[in-house]
Amino acid sequence: MLKISNLHKSYTIGDSSLHVLKGINLNIEDGEMVAIMGSSGSGKSTLLNIIGMLDEADSGDYILDGLPIKNLTEKKAAVYRNKFLGFIFQSFNLINYKNALENVALPLYYQGMKRKERQEKAMFHLEKVGLTNWAHHLPKELSGGQNQRVAIARALAANPKLLLADEPTGALDTTISYEIMEFLQQLNDEGKTLLIVTHEEDIANMCKRIVRLRDGVIMEDKFVKQVKAAQHV
Amino acid sequence: MFDIDLWREIFQSINKNRTRSLLSGFTVAFAILLFAILFGITNGLLNTFAEAFKDDAINNIVIYPGKTTKAYKGLQAGRQIQFKNKDHDYILDEFGDKVEYLTSRVMKNVNASFRNEQNSYTIRAIHPDNFFIEQNKVKEGRYINQRDINNKTKVVIIGRLVEEDLFTKTKAVGKYLNLSGIQYKVVGVYTDEGGDEEERMLYIPISTAQLLYGNNDYVDMMYLTYNPEMDYDKALAFGVLMEKKLKKRFSIAVTDQRGVRIQNNAQGAKAVNQMSFGLGIIILVIGFGTLIAGIVGISNIMIFIVKERTKEIGIRKALGAQPRQIISIILIESIIITAISGYVGLLVGVGVLEWATPVLKDYFIKDPGVSNTIVIGATITLILAGTIAGYLPAKRASRIKPIVALRND
Repeated sequence: MLKISNLHKSYTIGDSSLHVLKGINLNIEDGEMVAIMGSSGSGKSTLLNIIGMLDEADSGDYILDGLPIKNLTEKKAAVYRNKFLGFIFQSFNLINYKNALENVALPLYYQGMKRKERQEKAMFHLEKVGLTNWAHHLPKELSGGQNQRVAIARALAANPKLLLADEPTGALDTTISYEIMEFLQQLNDEGKTLLIVTHEEDIANMCKRIVRLRDGVIMEDKFVKQVKAAQHV
Repeated sequence: MFDIDLWREIFQSINKNRTRSLLSGFTVAFAILLFAILFGITNGLLNTFAEAFKDDAINNIVIYPGKTTKAYKGLQAGRQIQFKNKDHDYILDEFGDKVEYLTSRVMKNVNASFRNEQNSYTIRAIHPDNFFIEQNKVKEGRYINQRDINNKTKVVIIGRLVEEDLFTKTKAVGKYLNLSGIQYKVVGVYTDEGGDEEERMLYIPISTAQLLYGNNDYVDMMYLTYNPEMDYDKALAFGVLMEKKLKKRFSIAVTDQRGVRIQNNAQGAKAVNQMSFGLGIIILVIGFGTLIAGIVGISNIMIFIVKERTKEIGIRKALGAQPRQIISIILIESIIITAISGYVGLLVGVGVLEWATPVLKDYFIKDPGVSNTIVIGATITLILAGTIAGYLPAKRASRIKPIVALRND
C-alpha cells in the first residue's frame, strides 16, 4: 500500500538548515491501522504531510499503491490527493459557511461528480457517521464530536485508499475521543487503511501498530494488541 | 464551458459571507458614485461656461462704422462713415484666405402682423453666410440662400419665438407675413441657442432690404468669422491689420478710435479656451483620482479576502482542488461583486445628478451629466483593476501549501 525508503527532509531557516527527517523507512500494508507517535519536533507531522502529498521530500522514495510520488505538479498532486487520500484534522477544518452535507460533498465536487449523485453519496456517508438529522446544520451548530464525524464522513466520501488523521482527538474530551476512535476502528475493521498521528498513549494503543519517531528517525516500530475503544465507552 | 457548480459555489460564498461581500461592493459602488457625481458636476460647470459663449461663432469679428472724431487729410471730424456693398467685396478680395464666412447686415425695426396677432421685431437683412456666423439651426423650411440675394426675393426666415408669438394656430412656413406694410413669404423657421432675444429676429435677404428700404447699397455693419486654422495671436493680428486697412480706405486717422471699430472675439475665445482647458485638466485629475482611490480600495479588499480565506483554500486544496479552480473561484467572485456594485454605484450616481440638476442650476452648473461611455469605461477599468488586484493574491493563494494554510489557526 505504502512504501517509504530512506526519506530525508530538511527546512531552511535563515542561513541554517534544519534536518527534520533523517532517513525514514516505513512499509504499511493494506488494512493496517498505524499510530505515529513522537514529541513535538520529532518530525511526525512532516512525515504525515509528505505522505499526504502536502509537502515534498528532499530525497528518498515514496510509493503509494504502486505509484511513485515524486516531482508532482500541483495539478497532479491535487488529483492524487482527491483520489487516494482522506484527511482528518485536529481542528476539523470544515468550511464554516457550508452545512454538513455540503462539506461532505466537497471532495466529490472536485472529482467532478454530478450534483445529485454527490448529495446522495454525501448523505450516505453522513448516515454512516450517524448524522443524518444534522445534514443541514452549519459546523457552528454542531458539537466538536459531531464536527469530527462530519470531517470523517468527508474523508470517506471520496472513497480513499488511505485515511490520514492528524491528532484527530486532540480537540476533544476523552469520552468523545473514544467514540471517534471506536468509529475509526470500525472503519479499519471494514478494511480501510488508517494512519494516525497522535501523542496520546491511549489513542496510540487503540491502533494495531505504533511507530515512534524521535529527532527525525524511527526509534521503535512495533505491532501492539489493539485496545478496543468500545470497552471504554 | 459553463460550469453550473462553479457558479453555485461562488454564489454560495458571496451569499454566506454577506458582510465581506457588501463591504467590498460598497467600496466599488462608492468609487463609481463619486466618480459619476464629481465628473458630472465638472461637466455641468463646463456646460455653463460653454453656453455663455454659445450665441455666435467663437471666431467672430464684427466691424462697425462710426463717426470720425479727428480731422484727417482735409476731412472734417464728425464725418459719418457708411459701408457699402463694395466694402463687403473689398474684405473678400483683400483678406480672402483669412475669412471663413462673411455677411453684411442691414438692421430695421418693423411691425409684424399675421391675422390678428402683431408685434414689433428687428429685421436683420443678411447674406447666407449669416447662418454659420450666428450658428442658427433651421427648424423648418430653409434659410436665406444666394438665389434670394440675386433675385431680391421678399422672403423671411423667422425665429422660433416669432412663430410662437404670431402663428398661434398654424404653421408659419408658407404663410405671408406683413412687415410694416410689405408682405413677405415665410420660408423657414430657425432656432438659436443665444437666448430668447436671438430667437425673436427676422432674417431677410440683404439685397431685398437695400431695394425696399432706401434703394441704395448701404450696409450697416459686417460680421465675419476668421479662418479657424489661425491661432489666437494670428487672429488678433488679422483684426489689427483689417482695422488699419479700413481706416486707410476711409481716410480715417490712425489714432481715431471711432471711425471704424473692430470687435474681435479672438481675445475672449483665448480666455474661454484656456478656461475649458483648465476645467478639462480638473476633470481628468478628478476622474483619475477617484478611479485610483477605487482601485486601491479594491486591491486592499482583495488582499484581505484572500488572507481571510487562506484556511478555506487550504481545506479545498487538501480535498483535491486544483490551483486553477482556486484562482477561478476567488477571481470570479471578485469580478461579480465589482461588476454588480459598480453598476449600482453608476445608477445611484446618475440618479443623484438627475435629481440635483434643478438645484444645481442656481449654482452655475448646467445639465451636469456623464456620458455613458465614460461611466461604463470607468466601471470596466475598476473591474479590470479588481481582477488584477484579485489575481495576484489568488495566484499566491493557489500556491499556498495546504498544510501551511491549515496550520494557520
